[in-house]
Amino acid sequence: MSPLLSMVLRRLGLGLLTLWAISLIIFFALELLPGDLAQQILGQSATPETVAALRAEIGLDRPPLTRYLDWLGGALVGDFGVSLASQREISELIGVRLYNTLFLAAYAAIIAIPLAVSLGVLAALYRNSLFDRGVNVFTLTSISTPEFFVSYILIIWLAVQLGAFPSISNIGPDTTFWQQVDRTFLPALTLTLVVTAHMMRMTRAAIINLLASPYIEMARLKGIPRSKVIVRHALPNALAPIINVIALNLAYLITGVVIVEVVFVYPGLGQLMVDSVSKQDITVVQACCLIFAAAYILLNLTADVLSIVTNPRLLHKK
Amino acid sequence: MLLIDFVAYAVAAVVLMSVGAWVVKRGLVAVTADRRQHLLRTTPLSAYFGLLTIATYVLVAIFADLVAPFPERDVLGAEYQPWGEAHILGTDNLGRDMLSRLIYAARNTVGIAFVTTALAFLLGASMGLLAAVVGGWVDQIFSRVIDILMSIPQLIFALLLLTIFGTSILSVVLVIAVLDSTRVFRLARAVAMNVVVMDYIEAARLRGEGLGWIISREVLPNVTAPLIAEFGLRFCFVFLLISALSFLGLGIQPPTADWGSMVRENATLITFGDPTPLLPALAIALLTVAVNFVVDWMLHRSSGLKD
Repeated sequence: MSPLLSMVLRRLGLGLLTLWAISLIIFFALELLPGDLAQQILGQSATPETVAALRAEIGLDRPPLTRYLDWLGGALVGDFGVSLASQREISELIGVRLYNTLFLAAYAAIIAIPLAVSLGVLAALYRNSLFDRGVNVFTLTSISTPEFFVSYILIIWLAVQLGAFPSISNIGPDTTFWQQVDRTFLPALTLTLVVTAHMMRMTRAAIINLLASPYIEMARLKGIPRSKVIVRHALPNALAPIINVIALNLAYLITGVVIVEVVFVYPGLGQLMVDSVSKQDITVVQACCLIFAAAYILLNLTADVLSIVTNPRLLHKK
Repeated sequence: MLLIDFVAYAVAAVVLMSVGAWVVKRGLVAVTADRRQHLLRTTPLSAYFGLLTIATYVLVAIFADLVAPFPERDVLGAEYQPWGEAHILGTDNLGRDMLSRLIYAARNTVGIAFVTTALAFLLGASMGLLAAVVGGWVDQIFSRVIDILMSIPQLIFALLLLTIFGTSILSVVLVIAVLDSTRVFRLARAVAMNVVVMDYIEAARLRGEGLGWIISREVLPNVTAPLIAEFGLRFCFVFLLISALSFLGLGIQPPTADWGSMVRENATLITFGDPTPLLPALAIALLTVAVNFVVDWMLHRSSGLKD
């Protein structure tokens, strides 16, 4: 087996192992509750009989291991059980919302990635210039501001004052695709502003790191213009760290999504999770947590695999 | 108030602090003797800005009772009064004085974030140092457990744990402290690893010193500089995370004044184009920038770069 393939397979195995460990944590975190779920739902005043009845109804009388295997088996095929608060199927609650959240994250990514990479290349090209300083200040500001601050500034400016975009993402079953694109613009723009700074900064750092290498100096001594040195010689070698940064920021989008969805009343998974936390609807929270964590791990895994695959040193056998 | 005024006020605040920083720097350089003057003169203006801003926040937080014109939780009149004579920044959604709540929130939000970060450090740093010094299977177990805990996004994990433990201030502090200690552990362990291989640690071991001595007297003094810088950064993250949770209604609970929940409670005003509810968010951003400036300066100093 080639070393490349075995490395990729090892990473995949490690990723699956992590995912499994996380499912254990998410499931057994519930066992930390004082008393158990049935007690929690019914409150202090419940009689032992009603608690026992509820326990039997939601299957709490079975040993934890069986319940865990059932839950995991269900989750693998998309069946997360029943919501405690509304008694509805969780998969039914999640379905459309998951699509909406992915739509929002993808929307933000489509704007943010090209923007961040090209601005990062420009900042590396004109480093220590006024443009570079400006980028620096912008990065620090955007790292320091809470997401809801950015969202509300955009709402006041673009939605209330200019009236260009709706401030509330009112998305229902009969919203067309282009309507959704319009109504999701402000949340997507917020997320873009939040992640672009970091991505840009890392792109710049990755390229500048390479500029000190001898082959770049050689290229420059040959008399190649500066922009060509960066785009043709530095960028391909900086690809691995850049891909890594992009994937990490997409993973960061996953948490950013929660707050932005609440601000814009966007019907996504984050909103569902926050609502469920305040209702103490633990089964829905578990399901959302598992989905978010899985997405997070998958993105990190993709980053790992891509940076192995794009590393030219690993492609050729010695 | 309009957005343009808000931006003007924000810029004015930053300019005021910068001018203050410049004056303080000049003043300090003028009054000090030659030997100390060098440090004061080479410290960049941004660090003075950061230190001055942090000092202002701390003073306001400590003397909140004296500075605030009204009590924290008293309903004083109609809701959403505009800026005026009686209430400088108007009133909030229940008719409480906005400025007073803003000032008391400095105490609550910054105080809670500080306690949380301190707890996270106590936990993370002691485990990290222990893992580095003891090594072997202790290190392996700690590191693998931390790896797994870190592979769940922090906010998501916090939401799960808060569902289970409820949203009291105590559980918010503990949950975030434990989650954040994983990041501190990573750094403390990595830094301590470089120290543990030194000869003087070997000498201490051969002398027969105990584990406690080696950790506290041999390793700890040599890792404090990066840990203190990290404390600043972690404080920013914890501060933003607590504000985010409060904003979601799951962190610090009303009627306690807090910058995150103040934004949420008064968000209605925003849809009318009034950015007053964003003042708390601005306060959050300003403090985070200030801490970052100071951390940058400290890292620069401890890295030994001279320019």
